[in-house]
Amino acid sequence: MITRIECANKPDFYDAEAHGVKAGAIDLGMQNIEKVYFSRTTYLEGEICHDDKVAIAEKLLADLVTQEYAIDEHLQHTEGDAWSVEITFNRGVTDMVAETTLKGIHDLGITGVRAAKTARQYVIIGALTNGEKEYITQKLLMNKVNEHVVQQNEHIFADMMDDFFELVHVPIRHAGADELQHISKRRDLYLNLTEMLAIQAHFQTLGREPTDVELEMLAQTWSEHCSHKSLTGLVEYNGEIIDNPLKQTIFRVTQELNKPWCLSVFKDNAGVISFDNDYAVCFKVETHNHPSAMEPYGGANTGIGGVIRDPLGTGLGAKPVINTDVFCFGPVDLSHEDVPKGVLHPKRVMQGVVAGVRDYGNRMGIPTSNGALFFDERYLGNPLVFCGNVGILPRNKIEKTVVPGDYILVVGGRTGRDGIHGATASSGELHTESEETWSGAVQIGNPIVEKKLVDTLMQARDRGLYRAITDCGAGGLSSAVGELAEQTGAEVNLEKVPLKYHGLTYMEIWISEAQERMVIFVPPEKLDEALKVFSDEDVEATVIGKTTNDKKIRLKYNGQIVGELDMHFLHNGLPRITRQAVWQPPIIEESVFDRLNDPGTTLHKILASPNVCSKEWVIRQYDHEVQAGSVLKPLVGINNDGPGDASITRPRLDSHKAVILSNGFNPLYGLIDPYWMAASAIDEALRNIIAVGGTLQETALLDNFCWGNLDKPDRFGGLLRAAQACYDMAKVFETPFISGKDSLNNEYQREDGDSIAIPPTLLISALSVMPDARKAISTDLKKPGNLLYIAGVTKNEMGGSHFFKVTGQKSANVPTVDPVVAKKIFEAVAHATSAGLVRSCHDCSEGGLATAIAEMAFAGGHGAVISLKNVPGSGELKRDDFILFSESNSRFIMEIEPEHTQAFEEIMHTIPCAALGKVTNDGLLAIIGRTDTVLIKETIDDLKESWQKPLRW
Amino acid sequence: MIKVIVLRAAGSNCDVETKYAFDKVGAHADLIHINRLLSGDVKLADYQILAIPGGFTYGDDVSAGKILANQIKFQLAEALQAFHNSGKLVLGICNGFQVLVKAGLLPQVDLARDQDVTLTFNDSGKFEDRWVFLKVNESPCVFTKECKKIVYFPVAHAEGKFVPRNLQVLQQLKDNNQMVFQYTTENGHAPVYPHNPNGSVENIAGICDPSGRVLGLMPHPERHIDPTNHPQWTRLGLADEGDGVSIFRNAVHFFK
Repeated sequence: MITRIECANKPDFYDAEAHGVKAGAIDLGMQNIEKVYFSRTTYLEGEICHDDKVAIAEKLLADLVTQEYAIDEHLQHTEGDAWSVEITFNRGVTDMVAETTLKGIHDLGITGVRAAKTARQYVIIGALTNGEKEYITQKLLMNKVNEHVVQQNEHIFADMMDDFFELVHVPIRHAGADELQHISKRRDLYLNLTEMLAIQAHFQTLGREPTDVELEMLAQTWSEHCSHKSLTGLVEYNGEIIDNPLKQTIFRVTQELNKPWCLSVFKDNAGVISFDNDYAVCFKVETHNHPSAMEPYGGANTGIGGVIRDPLGTGLGAKPVINTDVFCFGPVDLSHEDVPKGVLHPKRVMQGVVAGVRDYGNRMGIPTSNGALFFDERYLGNPLVFCGNVGILPRNKIEKTVVPGDYILVVGGRTGRDGIHGATASSGELHTESEETWSGAVQIGNPIVEKKLVDTLMQARDRGLYRAITDCGAGGLSSAVGELAEQTGAEVNLEKVPLKYHGLTYMEIWISEAQERMVIFVPPEKLDEALKVFSDEDVEATVIGKTTNDKKIRLKYNGQIVGELDMHFLHNGLPRITRQAVWQPPIIEESVFDRLNDPGTTLHKILASPNVCSKEWVIRQYDHEVQAGSVLKPLVGINNDGPGDASITRPRLDSHKAVILSNGFNPLYGLIDPYWMAASAIDEALRNIIAVGGTLQETALLDNFCWGNLDKPDRFGGLLRAAQACYDMAKVFETPFISGKDSLNNEYQREDGDSIAIPPTLLISALSVMPDARKAISTDLKKPGNLLYIAGVTKNEMGGSHFFKVTGQKSANVPTVDPVVAKKIFEAVAHATSAGLVRSCHDCSEGGLATAIAEMAFAGGHGAVISLKNVPGSGELKRDDFILFSESNSRFIMEIEPEHTQAFEEIMHTIPCAALGKVTNDGLLAIIGRTDTVLIKETIDDLKESWQKPLRW
Repeated sequence: MIKVIVLRAAGSNCDVETKYAFDKVGAHADLIHINRLLSGDVKLADYQILAIPGGFTYGDDVSAGKILANQIKFQLAEALQAFHNSGKLVLGICNGFQVLVKAGLLPQVDLARDQDVTLTFNDSGKFEDRWVFLKVNESPCVFTKECKKIVYFPVAHAEGKFVPRNLQVLQQLKDNNQMVFQYTTENGHAPVYPHNPNGSVENIAGICDPSGRVLGLMPHPERHIDPTNHPQWTRLGLADEGDGVSIFRNAVHFFK
């Protein structure tokens, strides 16, 4: 028996969800919509008496203060043309609310309910054609990747499949080249011929054929995602062979700098640096681009969920304390007609991605305190979603120990078919019917399962109940156990792995990428205690195998061996391929135009441009202060709504020590020269650290390359230039890289066959340990009468600038960095801030000097009057508009109280620095040119309005 | 030593900072999972203060705080009633406030009673984190016995709109001086959005029971303990302590 319970707000009670749907539909051009009713429906399977149904409705599902309910009938809305549509998850997609509902019913003492499923129902009043109804459904109400419209005769609770077992061997030993390539393609292994030949040779030596799971495991371990084979391979560039470009640049600089506070770099799930005598902090940033393009909510949701498990799987487990996110989308104001087929509208992608990060991060109780947004048409088919997480762990828990004879446990979520690439295709013969229902589902994460995992793992860690831990990310158990047990060997009984539903093959179990799972290695004598820690808080923990001493990975299913691979071959058998790289600067014709007559209008345009404008709509939806360690929030100033440069957080409440997080990236520069893009990104990330009162001491960097297909030499050439800049800059700044990740093949194939690569995008994230958070500085102007200074040189570097972007001009003069000069500037500014001489500070980035001072003014609610006459570099530049908007690196604007100017100037005398003007109380931003003409005179209220309006959704 | 039980469940996430706040004013707080109360491993009676912290218990699936509220209402009613009857204190912050109203601990302690008030979706339709000014009214509430007239705390919630079942319920809250906290502006004026961040009826941010020993509020006093928590400390300078400290100190002083 199936029971349907529908709950909705009482008709006279405001329904924000319904209201949002109505607004969204009107946004899509559906003017005829009069009213929307929204209700949540719950389907229950089992023998349930009427009294129990009423109890479930009244005591659990409906909030009787504001809501009404109906059992086995629809709530009635009688007016006008009513069209109703009900949407539910596809089978196999996590339905968290249904799972919790079952618990709630159980808690009420009601038995007999076997399963639950939830749905959302929209009743829409208004004259709509069938085409419009379909349009609203697809564009607004659901995502077909993991949801569908409930059909009249649909079996909400379809029968589950039975378990079955059939050992599959794949004959490759006698296959020719074509056949090998065919096998790789048919099974979605993404292995090229050289790699397939290496596998063939290995099994010829063994004298047997591989099983399907062995092939899959090799494919996963050797995948670009897991092995980074492009960046660690061989590449021919400028007539030279570079062996492992990553090692030659990013790793090398860290090795050469050899900082004692770098505790664990490039070997664990996140890079670890010293925090204080007792604790260390670690940081990791990942991308989740392709899933987010398909299903923004689920993709971003599992993106942040996944990266949280990196610190959790670092050392013996770090407690996650801060999240970061950086997104790149297509233009959100694009008309719907201009969105290519198969691509979601950028606004919908952005809303989904933000909601996905929000719902996971907030529920995990981790503040999301730093991020950035960037818009460009080239991200339309391939948005970028970077998610980062910082964790804290005791210094004596940084190392894992793997010894033979320990139990292997999987802890947390259950395993399903989630994220198995090509699994359906490879087992297609058996599952043709299930394919459509199961395949391609981007999972939705379950943050509460992960929160419970964190809570219990921290207890188990502190009690010393396990010796090693890692997360199940890409490659699932295969990667987790394969990597952790590389030095010993392991035997795993796949039938022991707890499953979400029946019917998975042993191969699917091994490579599933189901969320919220960790693997730990537990010494036999600690097993009972460990199991109790988890069961006490309702976390599933299951012994699935043991570490061995034969350096093999052996997989069994009900006692039968289904796979056995030599660890050495698995991890070192990947043949290296030599790729080609070439780089040529793009040909850009320099724009020639007269000096701007009305730079004030341009300033408004820059402030209102999507990359510069206020991101408050996003930031407020994230809990950025949970855990109570927030010192400098992402929004600052007199109304808590001005732009901050970096966030500062105290991860330990009993200490004034803090961590500063910042980022730098500018894809527009990458289109001109990836070298200077990388250099600028590093400069930006570091000057943000400096701007909030930090120093270069104990500042570490992370690199995240998002690039196109490196099989194309021009893409690889650009990347090599960027990597070289990483080395050159980090070496001088003495800021080592501690972790990184690359995401390649970010290209989107258009219908006409053309492939559009994203702009070369390098995200630099910086993490800095700040000895005393009470030295923090914010960007907002503090007090009329205080003096304003600029440090750093302004140059004719308009290439990739927002000035040229909003005015349609072009230049190849991309901003450069002189790291030796920059370092001196950074150190001088840090000296001044630590001496307490600086009241506010903001770096000059997108939009240059004029944008920076405007932001400082409206953030602080004070006016300012400045002159360009003494700006260092202005003599050579000769154009006021260039001085206003040049995006030259390594520059800061600072506010100094009159009594501190002498001390301040003494510190600054060794670097380019000049007085600009002062803070005023007239609410005006006035900028005077080199020849004493007034260039800009705007009220700060108007400037702020331009800045806030675009994303005030 | 005053003993505080900070009650955890799946999805609690402001437990550590709530413990920090209580410890800071001289109490001893233990983080205790609900399963340990249900199993009898830990006894509520051994504590003087029960604090239900913020978070998303059980994911706020179904509705915010509902599952934990039902666990308390149907499985711990007797222990809770006895705890209250013996003159002890209950504090619910954010998700904890949602739990208190849904379990029948507010507006009065009567776990068998149907819900009189609720906290539902913000008018803005989304989760929002922002700082709000709160007017601290004359009330029997022991947590605000010595407290500034206007305090500044952050809210961070999606379901914080306070709604009474009907006008009588609202009138009763007024008659009994149970409206402890109301959203206001910096100068104490009548607020509109975003000063009233969620559309709460009568700008209600927090209420106590008629005895004043049970307090629930949506804003987070535990996020304004250290002076560096204040969003404008870089403008205004560092205060001696955050506005939230007095809430916890009053609770501990109540037993002295």
